[in-house]
Amino acid sequence: MAADKTGADILIEALTDLGVEVVFGYPGGAVLPIYDALFKQTKIRHILVRQEGGAAHAAEGYARATGKPGVVLVTSGPGATNAVTGIADALMDSIPMVVITGQVGTPLIGTDAFQECDTIGITRHCTKHNYLVKDPAKLGAVIHEAFYIATSGRPGPVVIDLPKDVQVATAAYRKPAGPGAVAAQHKSYRPQVKADTALIETAVEMLAAAERPVLYTGGGIINAGPAASQMLRELQRISGAPVTSTLMGLGAFPASHPAWLGMLGMHGTYEANHAMNQADLIVALGARFDDRVTGRLDAFAPNARKIHIDIDRSSINKIVRVDVGIVGDVGRAMDDMVRVWKGRAHQAADLSTWFARIDEWRGKKSLAYPESKAAIMPQHAIRRLWEATRHLKPIVSTEVGQHQMWAAQHFDFEGPNKWLTSGGLGTMGYGLPAAIGAQIGHPDALVIDIAGEASIQMNIQELATATQYRLPVKVFILNNEYMGMVRQWQDLTYAGRHSHSYSEALPDFVKLAEAYGWKGMRIEDPDALDGGIAEMLAHDGPVMVDCRVAKLANCFPMIPSGAAHTDMLLYESEVVGEMTDEAKALV
Amino acid sequence: MQIKTQASERHTLSVTVENEPGILARIAGLFSARGYNIESLTVADVTEDATISRITIVTSGPPAVIEQIIAQLDRLVPVHRVVDLTELGPHVARELALVKVKGTGEKRIEAMRLAEVYRARVVDATTASFVFEVTGGPEKIDKFLELMREVGLVEVARTGVAAIARGADPI
Repeated sequence: MAADKTGADILIEALTDLGVEVVFGYPGGAVLPIYDALFKQTKIRHILVRQEGGAAHAAEGYARATGKPGVVLVTSGPGATNAVTGIADALMDSIPMVVITGQVGTPLIGTDAFQECDTIGITRHCTKHNYLVKDPAKLGAVIHEAFYIATSGRPGPVVIDLPKDVQVATAAYRKPAGPGAVAAQHKSYRPQVKADTALIETAVEMLAAAERPVLYTGGGIINAGPAASQMLRELQRISGAPVTSTLMGLGAFPASHPAWLGMLGMHGTYEANHAMNQADLIVALGARFDDRVTGRLDAFAPNARKIHIDIDRSSINKIVRVDVGIVGDVGRAMDDMVRVWKGRAHQAADLSTWFARIDEWRGKKSLAYPESKAAIMPQHAIRRLWEATRHLKPIVSTEVGQHQMWAAQHFDFEGPNKWLTSGGLGTMGYGLPAAIGAQIGHPDALVIDIAGEASIQMNIQELATATQYRLPVKVFILNNEYMGMVRQWQDLTYAGRHSHSYSEALPDFVKLAEAYGWKGMRIEDPDALDGGIAEMLAHDGPVMVDCRVAKLANCFPMIPSGAAHTDMLLYESEVVGEMTDEAKALV
Repeated sequence: MQIKTQASERHTLSVTVENEPGILARIAGLFSARGYNIESLTVADVTEDATISRITIVTSGPPAVIEQIIAQLDRLVPVHRVVDLTELGPHVARELALVKVKGTGEKRIEAMRLAEVYRARVVDATTASFVFEVTGGPEKIDKFLELMREVGLVEVARTGVAAIARGADPI
């Protein structure tokens, strides 16, 4: 038995044992013992953010870019509540994260003490699990268990609420016996990793027999690790099936591949949505049939048989009834499918008729946009940014809104862990701290936050974090002075009544950047776009670019709410004025 | 616009959980957060192992919702097992009610007579009231209360359902 240590020391030692290299946090009264323990060691690096929400998103960006769990340390009360948005975001997007929150001392719990809040109660609905540790002797085991839960099965955020007296009380710390020891000890939590063999065999036969198959891929493939992305390529190679992806799944399959259909769903490509609609078999791989993907449910892939592989049993049949539901790690399940396929010596079916139809849909060129010499088209700006940086394999984060969808449409990803975006919760303010987290995890990578002028202001204070740690993050703002996606919906649904979607009193982003020690730039002229991007990339340090784009450009293609996949709007001229109440409810 | 509803069915679920603080809030919270119905929820330690509790939940919804409720419960970290007793086959469901009835004269005699029919036991009596203890399936208790309402029902306390599968095997 190890000698007694304080709770704070146990925490640091357990984090070290777990291989944690970075903690994103903000100190406060209720976590001072832990900050003191951090001060006295050198193995764990602490990144001081400027607001606790930034810490949570930075941890998400770090996790998404590195595949390792993100770790957050915040004080009690307002520190913990500020982190809640990032915790909820991580739950929706299945991001492995462990959040350590300070709590008032156990004798004070329930007395409305200074900076007390019911962190466990508040985070119960937005965590995979949470703990209030009252006994220092249990602290070590709880920390190891929290990491196991956050990173296994469907990943997600876990909160450990740690009262101040537990941080200073002493207890013994025992390291788990070895890998797998924590899992073996846990009595109730047993994620099913290995898929049912008989169901895998059924899935293989269905895929081999399909005439119009589509592989519908999601963020689960990226969560399953880089090997899963490789296995997706192999599954596609042997089956010949076309591949589409959710917003979260971008990068799992290379965008340059001839079988790539582009993203599907509300702002997906014409070919992806029509292929889904006309498919006779859909294989959903680590994707969850989100409402932004399915559109009107009764018109979603009406003639397709559906196979769904997901590590989360509750995702299967939640939205769409499937013919074969397979619970398991999607990487391993694809591995099993490939093995069964090869074992039965299946040949890839002749899908030339299917691809001929897909090519007709591709002929619509649904991502085309009007060109302009007078103003920078936002789509063009992203396309040029991609062309200027593709050889550098950049990591791209986004905020939320039109710029996010344009980035998803026009920035092509060839590999996983390069695309960081808030898909499920749709959190404005995610991109800058996520980029900071990614840059911490990959100091030598080019990290770009594609932002909107409204979103960037939601966590603008994190510019200082990048300055402090000399992170050469690039923020590329597509500035149209509107909350563009809100305005687009108002155009589409509310007859153009732009209720509070115009940002008056925008800051001078160049001066703002300079005030924080960044290089600030403005690009206004289409002819200056390429030069501006080159100047941004050439600067060895953080740069914020205020790229002034066409103010009223909208994001197409688009499936309006309540419509079927086949009823896509491709052009501005198709925008209708006012929608039914049913359609408004689905916005 | 109209909000659509679907035909619903009632299911009794048996959920074994780790006996840890907040588990009841977590389960009840899951139902409220996702808009599922709870008709009754009871919880107690029932195994030799003091670290495990058994929760019996009576819920209702369309079949797809029941399937989701089970999957969502099963996904909670402290949940060991979720068994749909309704799907499993015949099961016994019982609850206990304490029923306060006020009345004198003929009403009082009628209350006693009905209590006998329903095998309700008198656990408190004054010259103007009784408290009956009655156990049975929820329908039996509903029926008893309906009759007592005519006689002089003034107050009810019910436990909610405890349920177990018939036969020799544990779930």
